[in-house]
Amino acid sequence: MSRKQIHLAAHFPGVNNTTVWSDPASGSHIDFSSFEHFARTAERAKFDFLFLAEGLRLREQNGVIYDLDVMGRPDTFTVLAALAAVTDRLGLAGTINSTFNEPYEVARQFASLDHLSAGRAAWNVVTSWDAFTGENFRRGGFLPKEKRYSRAKEFLAATFELFDSWRGDEIVADKETGEFWRPTGDFAIRTDQFDISGRFPVPRSPQGRPVILQAGDSEEGREFAASGADAIFTRHGTLEAGQAFYADVKGRLAKYGRDPEDLKILPAATFVLGDTDAEAQEKARHVRYQQVSPATAIKFLEQLWNRDLSDHDPDGPLPTVDPVVGENTISRGRASVRMYSDPIATANEWRELAEAKQLSTREVIIEVTGRQNFIGTPARVAEALDEFVQADASDGFVLVPHVTPGGLDEFADTVVPLLQERGVFRTEYEGTTLREHLGLKAAPTTSGTDF
Amino acid sequence: MTLHLAVALEGTGWHPASWREPEARPTELFTAGYWAGQVQEAERGLLDLVTLEDTFAIQSSRPFEPDDRTDQVRGRLDATLVAARIAPLTSHIGLVPTAVATHTEPFHFSKAIATLDFASRGRAGVRVRVSSRPDEFALVGRRTAPTVGSAGSVSAGTREELFAEGVDWIEVIRRLWDSWEDDAEIRDAATGRFVDRDKLHYIDFEGPQFSVRGPSITPRPPQGQPVVSALAHREVAYELVGKACDLGFVTPMETADIAGIKAEIPNEPLVFGDVVAFLDESAETARDRKGRLDDRLGRELISDARVFVGTPAELADLVQEWHGAGLDGVRVRPGSVDHDLVRVTRGLVPELQRRGAFRTEYEADTLRGLLGLPRPADRYAA
Repeated sequence: MSRKQIHLAAHFPGVNNTTVWSDPASGSHIDFSSFEHFARTAERAKFDFLFLAEGLRLREQNGVIYDLDVMGRPDTFTVLAALAAVTDRLGLAGTINSTFNEPYEVARQFASLDHLSAGRAAWNVVTSWDAFTGENFRRGGFLPKEKRYSRAKEFLAATFELFDSWRGDEIVADKETGEFWRPTGDFAIRTDQFDISGRFPVPRSPQGRPVILQAGDSEEGREFAASGADAIFTRHGTLEAGQAFYADVKGRLAKYGRDPEDLKILPAATFVLGDTDAEAQEKARHVRYQQVSPATAIKFLEQLWNRDLSDHDPDGPLPTVDPVVGENTISRGRASVRMYSDPIATANEWRELAEAKQLSTREVIIEVTGRQNFIGTPARVAEALDEFVQADASDGFVLVPHVTPGGLDEFADTVVPLLQERGVFRTEYEGTTLREHLGLKAAPTTSGTDF
Repeated sequence: MTLHLAVALEGTGWHPASWREPEARPTELFTAGYWAGQVQEAERGLLDLVTLEDTFAIQSSRPFEPDDRTDQVRGRLDATLVAARIAPLTSHIGLVPTAVATHTEPFHFSKAIATLDFASRGRAGVRVRVSSRPDEFALVGRRTAPTVGSAGSVSAGTREELFAEGVDWIEVIRRLWDSWEDDAEIRDAATGRFVDRDKLHYIDFEGPQFSVRGPSITPRPPQGQPVVSALAHREVAYELVGKACDLGFVTPMETADIAGIKAEIPNEPLVFGDVVAFLDESAETARDRKGRLDDRLGRELISDARVFVGTPAELADLVQEWHGAGLDGVRVRPGSVDHDLVRVTRGLVPELQRRGAFRTEYEADTLRGLLGLPRPADRYAA
């Protein structure tokens, strides 16, 4: 029996402390040449797609702009369209918010991107409700938190109706008879959030619809993905957690009339490679210290403690005062602060860890945040990735390198050939569209999902 | 005064019957290669820039609603994404997509044009449109469409409000471009700071249709301020060009119109005259071809701009005459792009070069550079 095939995507290094800017190899985060380098590496390695995250407002902490991490992002659609010119097969995935956009415009943009890339567009649908980000938009901050999934569902359903308003055979362009097209594209959508009508202007694109990605671990997020997404982007680092998530989400597909292979499960994965396992471990440790500078450690501490700790010594013990419980006022424009549902309990866990291992504040932060998922020689990492997939903990990975733009190069040159030798990763692209790379069925031509 | 030349790309050309011409490639309109080929040809002709037409709604022969004509090109791709797709495939020519200010977020568009500027290494512009079409309002549904009067147009007051919003929209995209000073990124290992936050600026714009806090999420683009342009036919639009733009496209029918038009545009931005062109080696051939196109249309072509039918040398005469009358350049709208574009780049341009009236090589790497516009200081820099 042939082994399960691995799907690989490449996350352009993000606006967060995973991305190390102090490394001598760190280049520009905004010049197009960095995006081009990264995309060309991913395509040379036959990856399924490149992935861009989103952040529509510069993050703040203590009421001022957060200045310790890499900052500055391009416009997602625009940079993906430009990357379509320097790649031929690589899928181009963008994160686009359903709160601070309108369905007609987003559908027009994704359909255009799919034409301009000959069928390589993907959309990571995210929701947002925060008034903080909304201050940059016409329709800012009006959405109550509980409405975010319903707006997202209505938004996605509206775009599907627009994509499907063309069947694909309407452009005749018969010069003799003078018939250019058979009029189509009419729509009228009335929902809780939208009241729009007219005629969609973009002919059906090569994939019909962009590939739909969904990131989200909540009950609602899992159900949302199971009902119609093509891939789900998660953060389950351990094999056991991955297996549990995989079984849960795949198990939800049947009730929507979908097969297990209709939804790919692709956890984010960080990695550090070395010539020996010991060297890789040492490099990983070094990277963690780069990712958590003394100043960054204090900022992380403040996010849990929810108070100003700028005078705290990062090389000293954890604060003796307790976190401020209640609305997190210290940090804005950052998703992670929501994870601390019981800050005092978390603080006590950190204190126990510090006590047991004799760790300073900075060392605690290094320990509790984002250790790399895969560390070792290329052979060890290839084996671990393969085992993870064969054990049904995922269908592949969204790799998150920590250096721009060359952070994927070594993986492409050393790990990918080993995966290919193992017979679990393609040696050439077999199809031309992202849908084909992911082994997905053709998009339906008529709307009718449960979104 | 340097003469500038631009081409306006729209479908298979500006004549509605152009898609039926022998050279036309209407089935390729929705491919990247089609547009890349046109812009590369324009770049071979050393043109300053191409504009890419766009409308929010699908094309229509009716002013305020979709039509059901089957004999004209319908459907289009997003112009900004087309421009971005072409950027890595060209090296000198300016890329100016159309943006509809009325229905888009200035925050999104500011970073889109900044990103086009990064992807093209300093060749981005934007041509701003204001929309008063009720059918375009219905596509977004965010606010009530303006009432169309019995004369088939919106009231003067509504038009003024929409253009004022257009001016606000441009003000926001411009402030956002400046919201990161050029040297905001410091990568200071000693303090662990990636940026100097004193060089990032809230823009705090407040207007009747939107307020925007900023800063942008995208650093200041290579040109500092990409080139902002608009097409103008009347007073409110002339005012928008003068108040907010670097470049205006205008539509004189006669050379004598030029002085009057320029007098209505404040602040002396660059001004190009638009001309719809049908070009052949002999004027008679051009007239025959234009006649054939009009026959297929069922009437003579009606345009907001001067329609020129003749040889490239005759068009060179008109271009020089308009330039002498005070225009900074001419934007040619090819009647049938697969026929007329090469007659611009390989006919009109060499003719103007022989006369010593047009560049023989690109003298700058950025669009502002080609247009003779300096890179502006950041408005927020101390």
